Amino acid sequence: MNQFQYSRPTKQQAAIDAVAKDPNAAFIAGGTNLVDLMKRGVTSPQKLVDINRLPLGKIESQNNGLRIGALALNSAVAEDRQVREKQPLLALALNAGASPQLRNMATVGGNMLQRTRCAYFYDTTMPCNKRQPGTGCGALEGVNRMHAIFGFSDKCIAVHPSDMSVALVALDAVVQVSGPKGNRSIPFADFHRLPGDTPEKDTNLTPGELITAVDVPDGPFTKHVHYQKVRERASYAFALLSVAAALDIDGSNIIKAARLAMGGVAHKPWRLTTAEQMLVGKPATEETFRQAADVAMQGAKSFKYNAYKLKLGPNAIVQALKTAAAA
Amino acid sequence: MNTEPENASPHDDSRRTFLKQSTLLTAMALVPGPVVSAAEAKLDERVAEAIEQVPLSLKVNGKKLKLSVEPRTTLLDLLREQLHLNGTKKGCDYGQCGACTVHVDGQRVNSCLSFAVMHDGKEITTIEGLADGDKLHPMQEAFVKHDGFQCGYCTPGQIMSAVACVREGHAGSEGEIREYMSGNICRCGAYSNIVAAIQDVKKGGQKV
Repeated sequence: MNQFQYSRPTKQQAAIDAVAKDPNAAFIAGGTNLVDLMKRGVTSPQKLVDINRLPLGKIESQNNGLRIGALALNSAVAEDRQVREKQPLLALALNAGASPQLRNMATVGGNMLQRTRCAYFYDTTMPCNKRQPGTGCGALEGVNRMHAIFGFSDKCIAVHPSDMSVALVALDAVVQVSGPKGNRSIPFADFHRLPGDTPEKDTNLTPGELITAVDVPDGPFTKHVHYQKVRERASYAFALLSVAAALDIDGSNIIKAARLAMGGVAHKPWRLTTAEQMLVGKPATEETFRQAADVAMQGAKSFKYNAYKLKLGPNAIVQALKTAAAA
Repeated sequence: MNTEPENASPHDDSRRTFLKQSTLLTAMALVPGPVVSAAEAKLDERVAEAIEQVPLSLKVNGKKLKLSVEPRTTLLDLLREQLHLNGTKKGCDYGQCGACTVHVDGQRVNSCLSFAVMHDGKEITTIEGLADGDKLHPMQEAFVKHDGFQCGYCTPGQIMSAVACVREGHAGSEGEIREYMSGNICRCGAYSNIVAAIQDVKKGGQKV
């Protein structure tokens, strides 16, 4: 691994300044993705700014929602009583991700900022436009079994691996960031990017901007929720594909509100708003769910080795909605 | 680090001298002031140079230690290479196998995926710190009783994870144990016996 300078500021502004003024500097929190990437030589920051001494780990109720500090650990959020009561979908998604050890290290901000990636990004002997812009995409004509079916470009077809982010985009979360030019709020759906011509950029953060918290607004999705993750072993594997489903169903089994998002299908967590709108006002039946799944999959396109996702996707959506309705 | 003398200890003068001498000459020229005095300075509001030995206070298995490490030293490498606590194993070195599992302030983590310097002031427990003198920890006894291993390489990580699994309250059923032990891979396939060992400890109700 490359050598690097290390600092551990106790003031937020000092941390922001240190990264803003140096293009080769990076924040480090849990380190579960960054250390991994550094060991493999995929990324090699010259300066690490350890933000673990900043007071950003609280989970608190405020303004009709929960404010989850950027440094709150994935395990702490998943086990938090308020989160489990108000946003059970988020707890389910968190517990579907990584391993208990990694969830004890990974933070909420870091989970969002883990790289959108694939095996070609990790293999430094292969071309990758994300790792080294302009070198081409190894996955496009390569082994693309894990890759995107929505929103990709000919520059990059990798997917974002976060489970937590699939729940957060479905729940209309808002990302609070602080940077050299002050604070701003970013709707979760606008936080991550599609690859386009600049696959090296995973998010819309500007240099030096630091995630301070994620706000999750209160909603009616406290009961009928499910996170369906399909993977190649029972646990501790990336999703081939995942579905976050949340329903509000009235006494006559009519859907009053719906949220639906997928993971493992695009460069960013993939919200399915058209399918959500289609669900509202309809009875919560398998027939309705199948119609929504068909709508959700419109525009999906596969590559040589991931055509199975075109069939797995709608089935996983139906399964997630059925399980959510029965919860 | 790989070339250090085997008998070196963290407080051994010859080792410190060796480390200094082994530093690149060009890098030495860039160090502001003597390495040792830099190591004693407060780190909170300044930047440690890349080739500098950074001060680090840890409590490891109940023992307070004042150390100095290069920033890129992982917690795992510190434990194994510098403190010679070789019970904690390096399996994949990428957070995928769990062989390096230790407790930091009571929480199980992959020691391979974090830099030692990030744990300043923390309390680390490794497999060596689990037993009470010659008396094995109940989880260690249960692994022996149930044959919870074959080659044994993953075992320290399995046991550290298993203790945490019970403490966290995630050992309620076989399914829950399997889910919450999923971060520890055993290529010999001793899983069923590992689950039996954890269930035994859980049922025994002993304090772990």
